[in-house]
Amino acid sequence: MKLLQLLPEAPPAHALSLALNAGFCLGLVARNDLEPLSGKTVSIETTDLGTRVRVVYDGIRFRAYLGSAPPDLTIRSTVSDFLALALRREDQDTLFFTRRLVMTGDTELGLVVKNVLDAIDWSRLPLPRPRS
Amino acid sequence: MELVCPAGGLPALKAAVDNGADWVYLGLRDSTNARNFAGLNFDEAALAAGVAYAHARRRKVLLALNTYPQAATWARWTQAVDLAAAKGVDAIIVADLGLLDYAHRTHPKLKLHLSVQGSATSHEAINFYHQRFGVRRAVLPRVLSLAQVENVVRHTPVEIEVFGFGGLCVMVEGRCALSAYACGDSPNTMGACSPGHAVRWEETPAGLESRLNRVLIDRYAPGERAAYPTLCKGRFEAEGATYYAIEEPASLNTIEMLPEFLRMGVRAVKIEGRQRSPAYVAQVTKVWRQAIDSLTRDAERFRPTPEWMAALNRHAEGSQQTLGAFSRPWK
Repeated sequence: MKLLQLLPEAPPAHALSLALNAGFCLGLVARNDLEPLSGKTVSIETTDLGTRVRVVYDGIRFRAYLGSAPPDLTIRSTVSDFLALALRREDQDTLFFTRRLVMTGDTELGLVVKNVLDAIDWSRLPLPRPRS
Repeated sequence: MELVCPAGGLPALKAAVDNGADWVYLGLRDSTNARNFAGLNFDEAALAAGVAYAHARRRKVLLALNTYPQAATWARWTQAVDLAAAKGVDAIIVADLGLLDYAHRTHPKLKLHLSVQGSATSHEAINFYHQRFGVRRAVLPRVLSLAQVENVVRHTPVEIEVFGFGGLCVMVEGRCALSAYACGDSPNTMGACSPGHAVRWEETPAGLESRLNRVLIDRYAPGERAAYPTLCKGRFEAEGATYYAIEEPASLNTIEMLPEFLRMGVRAVKIEGRQRSPAYVAQVTKVWRQAIDSLTRDAERFRPTPEWMAALNRHAEGSQQTLGAFSRPWK
């Protein structure tokens, strides 16, 4: 067993929930778009580190899920591929064709998650811009 | 020659424009388009923002209204046409005769492109759409050989657009009922082939299984390339053997045919993939922009570079890239 697998699941699940909820506050994600996720649990699992993070969406915000029910949607990939997806360097279907990304469970939820993430317009964030 | 690129959302539209698309095509969040997937596509605000972004950079926006209106919800399609006109969309892509008629009568200034779903393969059919509805451009179904494309171009005043890159299906365009056969929904009627609600992926001891409304589409061994869970790309038992009984998953890549397209007067090439992410749109658009620029500079010396082919290859569905029906030396 890898060392990371011995660490508790809760702290990263809380951190991910906070990050996702920040998306609402910053106006990057509309709650309407996530309506199909209401009451559903999503498990994000890394195949290389053997870790998992589970969150549940209650219709208003995400929170860590620490129960024992099977998740409605499971997304599995390596840390580096998750990172590449987050940075928009990789296309999820490209990873899916080559089996580097696997989604099991409710496919409709998977499409919602994928499409809502793809639709985030980061240029709307009021970040300080480098001076030219 | 113009480059027509897909966008499933505002970031993808920006990626297309920033990487050199001349046109970006997109759909609304309902069954008026053939990529009606959860969370994908444009609401009114995103459409307005997308049109503004493209127009500020002198690019054009196409709204795909490429499904077949249903009797009970006809107004959904006409309202979408009205919205396109109101938001300053440069042209709409339409397949249905009734909707073409509505758009032509109600918004005579709104340009009309005939969708690939209209399945017009002859110049006689395309000229009919031109004479009757003033159609400016037709997207050719992916069943014609190069010689047949040339024959169409020679006999019509309508601009001709061909598919350049992306996933292939059985190409019974506008008439395919395979998805509806398995789950009741088809691209033509509700805008999705193998809609998410009917698809299940499951890891089993025998391998990764995809099912459409419980019909087993395929079972992938570890490491084996996966494909979209559509009936046409499945492996089935037929006469004692299990194999791709309809077609093997493949991607179209016609970049080496660009000089031929140019010579015969093809007006535009289209990239498939409104369901793909901004990363795909950016990378594929960039390669095709470079290719068309290289072609424009010197068509005689045009050669696809290994870098272009590698960049396109990695996004391909299936283990093969093909020239599709374009390359068909036999008659």
